Amino acid sequence: MSANIVYAILVTSFATFLSRFLGALTSQGIKETSKLFKWFNCLAYATLAALIARTIIFPAGVLIESSYYSRSIVVFLSLFVFFLSKKNFVYPTIFSAICMAIINNYI
Amino acid sequence: MINKNFFFKGYRSIFTHDSPAIALTCCFIAIGALFKNLGFNIQESIFSTVLTYALPGSLVMAESMLIGASLLNIFLAVWFVNARLYPMAVSLFPLMMHKSQPKWKYYFSCHFIAVSAWLIMKSNYKKIPKEFRIDYWIGIGSATVSVSVIGTFIGFYFSEYMNKDMMIGLAILNPVYFLCMMVGASKTIQVTLSVLLGIILGPIIYLFSPEWSILLAGIIGGTIAYLVGEYNVS
Repeated sequence: MSANIVYAILVTSFATFLSRFLGALTSQGIKETSKLFKWFNCLAYATLAALIARTIIFPAGVLIESSYYSRSIVVFLSLFVFFLSKKNFVYPTIFSAICMAIINNYI
Repeated sequence: MINKNFFFKGYRSIFTHDSPAIALTCCFIAIGALFKNLGFNIQESIFSTVLTYALPGSLVMAESMLIGASLLNIFLAVWFVNARLYPMAVSLFPLMMHKSQPKWKYYFSCHFIAVSAWLIMKSNYKKIPKEFRIDYWIGIGSATVSVSVIGTFIGFYFSEYMNKDMMIGLAILNPVYFLCMMVGASKTIQVTLSVLLGIILGPIIYLFSPEWSILLAGIIGGTIAYLVGEYNVS
């Protein structure tokens, strides 16, 4: 293994583990019925939603090569499939991949 | 040690009809292909997936390496992106804490905190006795990591057979899956409002502060949703 890559992986995993470990450590004194727990629950859901929205609107990686409109169309159509399939998670997910590949190729 | 029944019950949660296995595999196929393009070998790719086990963090590392960033820069960038794992851990572990369970299980299993495992646990924890929730959680975490490793392996070896459109199709899968899971989980005013405000505020704040956008949107959106929910209850 190349030393630079291994160091980068170790640094990345340490930076990731730090947030997880601190979360596990500080959560010990928190009761699940407390207001603090409810507040953190809201923070977690809002943070995840923000991450998902950012990934779709301002993506990183290969998604940059697709247009904003094609991503938006795919997301809205997939949500439509989600409600149409009585909130099944698999159908809209598979649909999104196929739809995105087709739209990106032809539009 | 670990209760086998609940461990395997958690492990099997990945095989249910609405499991994240497909989405997770496809995302890590994209990551495996990206690692190969970056010059990683198969051992390094698997090593990275197992040790990091967080998609945005892996993407940030890959992008930082592409532009030749220093290790300190990589550390800070990944830490900022993955800071979301802190509130996720704090909002999950109190549900699993039990005095009969040793502390090491909690410290070890915090590594499994990631969106897919977190959402599975959040929707299923009420069905599991509190004493064994940690074993169930370790089962879920082991299953999602296994699926991620398989995805990375497939992506690494099959990347040359996939064109750009296929890679883009795989990359959209993960946000769509998580979005559907979040919409599905929005059953109370507080959660629904948190999700809505996060979706609205995340991209808006990104325009002013890309590094802090996710955290700020989470704190502002989550706090407003919490206060509105509490006001409604009272």
